[in-house]
Amino acid sequence: MPVIEVNQLHKRYRDQVAVHDVSFSVEEGEIFGVLGRNGAGKTTTVECIEGLRSPDGGSISVLGLHPARDRAELRRVLGIQLQASELPDKLRVAEAIELYASFYPSPADPRELLERWGLGAKRNTAFGNLSGGQKQRLSIALALVGNPRVAILDELTTGLDPQARRDAWESIEQIRRGGVTVVLVTHFMEEAERLCDRIAVIDAGRVVALDTPAGLVAGLIGGQRLRFRPSIPFEDAVLTQLAEVESVRRSGPHVEVTGGGDLLHAVTSALARHQVVPGDLRLEQATLDDAFVALTGPAAEN
Amino acid sequence: MNETASATRTMARAPQRRAPRPFRALAVAETRLFLRDPVTVLLAIALPSVILAGLGAVPALREPADVFGGIRFVDYFAPSLLAINIAVLGLQNLPTGLATYREKGVLRRLSATPMNPSAVLVVQLVINLVTVAVGTVLMLAVAVYAFDVPAPRHPVGFVLTFLLGTSAVFAIGLVIAAVAPRARIAAGIGTVAFMLTQFFAGVYLPKYLLPEVVVRIGEFVPPGIGAFQGAWTGDGPAPLQLAAMAVIAVVATAVAARFFRWE
Repeated sequence: MPVIEVNQLHKRYRDQVAVHDVSFSVEEGEIFGVLGRNGAGKTTTVECIEGLRSPDGGSISVLGLHPARDRAELRRVLGIQLQASELPDKLRVAEAIELYASFYPSPADPRELLERWGLGAKRNTAFGNLSGGQKQRLSIALALVGNPRVAILDELTTGLDPQARRDAWESIEQIRRGGVTVVLVTHFMEEAERLCDRIAVIDAGRVVALDTPAGLVAGLIGGQRLRFRPSIPFEDAVLTQLAEVESVRRSGPHVEVTGGGDLLHAVTSALARHQVVPGDLRLEQATLDDAFVALTGPAAEN
Repeated sequence: MNETASATRTMARAPQRRAPRPFRALAVAETRLFLRDPVTVLLAIALPSVILAGLGAVPALREPADVFGGIRFVDYFAPSLLAINIAVLGLQNLPTGLATYREKGVLRRLSATPMNPSAVLVVQLVINLVTVAVGTVLMLAVAVYAFDVPAPRHPVGFVLTFLLGTSAVFAIGLVIAAVAPRARIAAGIGTVAFMLTQFFAGVYLPKYLLPEVVVRIGEFVPPGIGAFQGAWTGDGPAPLQLAAMAVIAVVATAVAARFFRWE
């Protein structure tokens, strides 16, 4: 049974529709990515799941609970990291985490949590004196202090330096190994590719694709690109007749083939049958980035 | 080896860890934060007492005078000074604090936990009210023990006036917190409201220097210094003034509740 079920979610603010029609379900123990550009409707979607906003249409169920009706019960099992929320400037790190721990029926050990998120040395530092990355890590720790069954993390690694980002990913995987279901809102491809079991790509308030990272890339038309210099001339048809091949292009002495599936094997076998040796052979694998751009169109004005 | 042992113990102990009660933990944390701003605390609690002590040090102000109805200036002025700490806390500290919490997303963050953000509002109200009470008691003590101002003649009336007057001011503070979109605006409105209450309370200019009409209006401006005066040195608080404070408190609270937003 899915942990989170979102069905035809619709939400507008005044005259602007933030979420048109979003449906997906998240299975227990997976890391589920919600990927999209700024303003695509990601945050609105998860805020409806969290019960922080009430949808204008559709239904949502989290662990069998209704976000608005069962709000109190849901709060105890859901860990929420908000995109932009601060703490009082003079509240110290240890005080903050102990305060938040007190809100939950069976909290994690605050001290251990601070250590895990690299804040052990900052216990007595006031929130206002933390760096951006430290604030971010504290915000993640606060989301996890209640020992949640489901954690929803919005822009997890924004403001973290590359090392801290990798540490954060490591910790998220560790949390998942502990049986926690994680929903990760991000616009950061490397993060989605590295962490997520499945990804819902949201564009202009709709789910435009839902698959594993590898599945999204594989589904990309012309997802792979081969480039080589043939030892002897050959007809394009040798390759275009292959099911794996999308297109064949020649530029000078080079041939460029795009396609999907097991493109490399198909092309090299066909060439071998015609005694063509591909020199300088290079395979370029499409990335999630390419898949994302293909799904959501070229980047907007910024 | 040692590490593993201690880690195991921590893990074993973790489920039994009894978390402190959430509301009390919040109250403790907020009180700590409040005390970490000693300037505000000191100003709010001690300012009226310090002003009274300063004025009381002038011998001429300790002589009975006909202008004040045969009593001394310190006796006459003391009730007005009560308006200072009530208004500093109710119109400046309370609304600015709440608006800051809203602006920074502190309230929103709390609403994502099992703790209801309205608990912060309650805790803030209590902290500021307790501080007002401490300041008022200090000021009474200084007046009575250091300057021989007679103790309030109508103690019950005085307490009632204090409760109603303070409630009215705090309710207006909540309205400011509710309608101000940003903390800076809350602070601005709060300062203007503070100055108005002080003017009408006769803090800036003693009341005998104010036109009669201003004094009359001032009796109905929270915290209702006319009623304080009546309870302290006169024939008891005027019921109409008390009723006005009660009405203002109820209406302003309703307005604040209607317009308050958590984010």
